[in-house]
Amino acid sequence: MMMAAMWRAWLVELRRDRVAFALTFVLPIVFFSVFGVMFGGTGGGGTPRVRVAVVDEDGSEASRRLVEALKKEEGLRVVTEAPGEGEDRRPLDRAGALEMVGSGRLPAAVVIPKGFGDEFGLFMEDGVEIELLVDTSDPIAGPMIAGLLQGVAMTAAPDLMMARGMEIFERYGGALTAQQRAAVDAWLPVLRGDAQREGDGPDDGDAEPSRSRAGFQGPVAVKIVDVLGEKKQERGKVVSFSAAGIAVMFLLFMASAGAGTLLEAQESGVLERLLGTRLSMTQLLLGKWAFLTAVGFVQVTVMFLWGAAVFGLDLWGHLGGFAVMTATTAAAGSALGLVLAAACRSRAQLGAVSTIVILTMSAAGGSMVPRMFMPEAMRTIGLGTFNAWAVDGYLKIFWFETGVLSVWPQVCVLVAMTGVFLVTARMLARKWEVG
Amino acid sequence: MDHVLRVMGAEKRFGQTMALRGADVSLRRGEWMALLGPNGAGKTTLVRAIAGRVRLDRGRIELLGEEVGAGSGAAGARARLGVVPQEIALYPLLTPVENLRTFGALHGLNGGELRERVEWALEWTGLRERAREPVKGFSGGMKRRLNIACGVLHQPEVVLLDEPTVGVDPQSRERIWEMLAGLRAAGASLMLTTHQLDEAQQVCDRVVIIDHGEVIANGTLEELVAATIGPGRRVVVTLDRPVDAGSAGGLPAGGEMCADGRAVAWRVAQVGADLPAVLMRVREAGYGVEDVRVEAPSLHAVFIHLTGRELRE
Repeated sequence: MMMAAMWRAWLVELRRDRVAFALTFVLPIVFFSVFGVMFGGTGGGGTPRVRVAVVDEDGSEASRRLVEALKKEEGLRVVTEAPGEGEDRRPLDRAGALEMVGSGRLPAAVVIPKGFGDEFGLFMEDGVEIELLVDTSDPIAGPMIAGLLQGVAMTAAPDLMMARGMEIFERYGGALTAQQRAAVDAWLPVLRGDAQREGDGPDDGDAEPSRSRAGFQGPVAVKIVDVLGEKKQERGKVVSFSAAGIAVMFLLFMASAGAGTLLEAQESGVLERLLGTRLSMTQLLLGKWAFLTAVGFVQVTVMFLWGAAVFGLDLWGHLGGFAVMTATTAAAGSALGLVLAAACRSRAQLGAVSTIVILTMSAAGGSMVPRMFMPEAMRTIGLGTFNAWAVDGYLKIFWFETGVLSVWPQVCVLVAMTGVFLVTARMLARKWEVG
Repeated sequence: MDHVLRVMGAEKRFGQTMALRGADVSLRRGEWMALLGPNGAGKTTLVRAIAGRVRLDRGRIELLGEEVGAGSGAAGARARLGVVPQEIALYPLLTPVENLRTFGALHGLNGGELRERVEWALEWTGLRERAREPVKGFSGGMKRRLNIACGVLHQPEVVLLDEPTVGVDPQSRERIWEMLAGLRAAGASLMLTTHQLDEAQQVCDRVVIIDHGEVIANGTLEELVAATIGPGRRVVVTLDRPVDAGSAGGLPAGGEMCADGRAVAWRVAQVGADLPAVLMRVREAGYGVEDVRVEAPSLHAVFIHLTGRELRE
């Protein structure tokens, strides 16, 4: 009976404490959903699509049909034109594809070199190879596209492949008889028709087996080229992923905890006393924001210094970009911390709310799992978070090494976020000003 | 009359609750005024309104001749106001020196002046020996002394003290009143809210009683007594046995039975003339007298008379 009474009291408490309720039931569901979408899709969306640039340097019928077949592949979203508007749009070339992969805008590019069509279907050991330009840090895109290439090559042009096979047969086995020739010629249109029909829709049952030929050399030779090269291993760049993600996440925790001292001050009466002096609420908030920004800058710097000392992170080679990203990230994170604090009524509530908000934003924004591993839809959603812009900026500096000027979009967004957060915090803080 | 503070027709509503209903309060230069009232009477709202922390729905506040509104900052007159809140509004992880420097700087002190005032405050509060220890380890009385010092560090002309002695032991309370006496000597005008009626009676020149958001009494103790319970004395006679229900009629009329059933109180205009007559009537009623106590009119009696409630109700 006593235990039942206690249980009843605890249940009522849990039900009435909305924050505890949310932490217990809502946060796990949110997290599960975020990671579920990241790694498994929503169940109804099918295979996640990988964006890939395709450059046709050959221009042969075989290469054209391979490109067309790749475009129809449901797992890929093929880009064949360089960015531009209207008449500026032009076919993508190798340099453009390299730049897109190198800068992280696309995870991979397929380059069909000159001579591909001449050797297609000949199965030559040292023949022309399709080049797959990838960032090998993405464990999904490279192997997936390589496998798809084999399947697509097999189904895109079976007629061409059979014709080449017959040429080889005749070269080494002697000419076909007229009857054999007639039989082969009768089959070629059928094969061509099959290939076109197969490419028309993703639901064709024959398509699936061809994708699962892992380890099979396949009808086309594929050479995987790591765009970022070996230098990234040398410089310990791998650690930049975790450094950026964790730094941004903990910056947010620091900012919300730091801003929470305003709630403590309000509860203890210190805030009342402060506002009774010459200090205005705007000055107080700006002072707090500047202080948290400075602490955040130092916090992230200490973490990257540790990364440089222990994990070989190349901090000194990217000092300018690091300073720019850290200043803007700390500024925006501190302003967000002020918003969280000003939106809450007590320190306890802030602790719960900030945990939910920060962990959710960190999961969706790439602090826990790099966004490049996420499906495109999830990447787009992630752009709504502070973390995504901050982490993307750090990765541009440390991973893609695109230079300090390349982070201007991230800097602009973070500066804009800072402004919006500060204005929001100021408006919310009116509740502390006068009764 | 040189008023440093005038509150006129102050009205303030919080939701369904009317915290102030046209309250009028004034404070003269150098005067000490006690603002009394039961819990929820509107004292703290009035203090916060004067400090600029509550926006009045109606009414005006003039501070040192300047009309001030909520949120108008500490420019001008408000910079000459010191507010000591009821809460211990200190940074607990900071030392007394650090707290004093912080609040002093926010009140516009700096350099040598700030150093000098911090030294004064350490001396004034008797915290010099603990000046470098975090405040969180201090006793309630020490914290409260520092709390007051942080509010008057900038030498304000008008000081608002909200419950300066709440929750402290008698020795600490004594010390705090000694500190406040120093402020009086320096010429500060002071308005304090307190639950310590005896202290308010002893140290304040004038008393304002507020209830349900309205000022219901305003004057010196003598004026309030004359206007309410009158200048007579209260005579409490302790009998040798509890009053018999049947024989109560034999006692002098107008008696007020005390809780223990043996003591009875009468109000007399002249102690010398009226007390012997009361005692004679008691003996005639068949009772012996064990004790007699004569009580002068008190603020407590005035307060109960006016509000019908104890101060803490």
